[in-house]
Amino acid sequence: MPVISLTVNGTTVRKDVSANLLLVDFIRDNLDLTGTHVGCDTSQCGACVLHVDGRPVKSCTMLAVQADGCQLTTIEGLAGDDDLHPMQQAFRQHHGLQCGFCTPGMVMTAVAFAKDNPNATEEEVRHGLEGNLCRCTGYQNIIDAVIDGSKAMQGVG
Amino acid sequence: MYEFDYQNPEDLASAVEARKNADDGLYLAGGQTIITVMKQRLAMPSDVIDLKGVNDLRGICIGDRKITIGAMTTHADVAANENIQRLIPALSGLAGKIGDPHVRNRGTLGGSIANNDPAADYPAALVALAATIHTHQREISGDTFFTDLFETALDDGELITKVDFPIVRAAAYEKIHNPASRFAIVGVFVAVSDDGVRVAVTGAGPCVFRVPMMEQALSDNFSPSALDTIKIDADGLNSDMHGTADYRAHLISVAARRAVITVGSGDKA
Repeated sequence: MPVISLTVNGTTVRKDVSANLLLVDFIRDNLDLTGTHVGCDTSQCGACVLHVDGRPVKSCTMLAVQADGCQLTTIEGLAGDDDLHPMQQAFRQHHGLQCGFCTPGMVMTAVAFAKDNPNATEEEVRHGLEGNLCRCTGYQNIIDAVIDGSKAMQGVG
Repeated sequence: MYEFDYQNPEDLASAVEARKNADDGLYLAGGQTIITVMKQRLAMPSDVIDLKGVNDLRGICIGDRKITIGAMTTHADVAANENIQRLIPALSGLAGKIGDPHVRNRGTLGGSIANNDPAADYPAALVALAATIHTHQREISGDTFFTDLFETALDDGELITKVDFPIVRAAAYEKIHNPASRFAIVGVFVAVSDDGVRVAVTGAGPCVFRVPMMEQALSDNFSPSALDTIKIDADGLNSDMHGTADYRAHLISVAARRAVITVGSGDKA
């Protein structure tokens, strides 16, 4: 059984894993970080998005062994226990969620997008969220949240 | 997903050797297609040979007349590369339209072309730009690489290492995508080089193809109106829930015109 060594939310993790274990199952079942969700399991919905070496990826479409040596950030690692990340705060402020199932993936995508595109237009935000599906909100409040959260991340909002 | 033996070679020779020694081996690049296929148990390789540790396969190199992209270079890296944006913006633009941001962060050039999905974007660029595919044992021209639905000229175990893209005078890629999957219903890549005009179509047929009638008309008169009298034959085109063959035939003309307009406007995108 392969051994993988990686950093998850700042903590070094070393574990034996089956070669066919998906990264999302490793995160949820082996590390008990259940904020990362499985929505579709077919690489379409984006509920399982987390950051691998700073880039947002769908953890249901990656093997745990592929993350060997990588730095991972999940939704649990964005802010301290009692704090919200500015993007999480913006989602709360703008009612950017209803049932909340897609929200961890939305937020992880939005944080990475905002770092790369600090002054994005609404159109660019919509494109940036192409890989994340929400069945409740109709997206408008999510878009508003991402625009505001991006500003807050720069400390000007 | 079925069980398999995982191999993590550090150089090209070890990767090829591991593939040769496996009963039913599979190279793993970005995995954005194959992992989903394996989850659905549509593939059950005995061995998965992960290429992530093979450094020689990654990177972008700018030459005088060509851009060379390593097989394991992600779509996101191609899309964000300033030199490609300057020299062949149609290519960086195409990479930036593949799938969604997450797919682009993992998916690779080599994985995409080896899979040869009929609705993939890269095949249109490789054919229209007259690219050259390098493998661990030979060079293959873009014209002969894509042979049929999910079929390529690659031999069993042959590994793509890099692709050379000639720097052309101007080019544009127009894609009419499926809004759910982001795959091309029809994508048309038009390239103008010293050797003439090339028009390559993806998404419409079982495999990427050129349109000689359009190439001839555009060589004589590079304007959207040159395409007005050309009717694309729907015979042999794909027909599915996303569009009939007739609809796709029509979209080829629409996308080709848009691409010609973009080239003509000097945006080269």
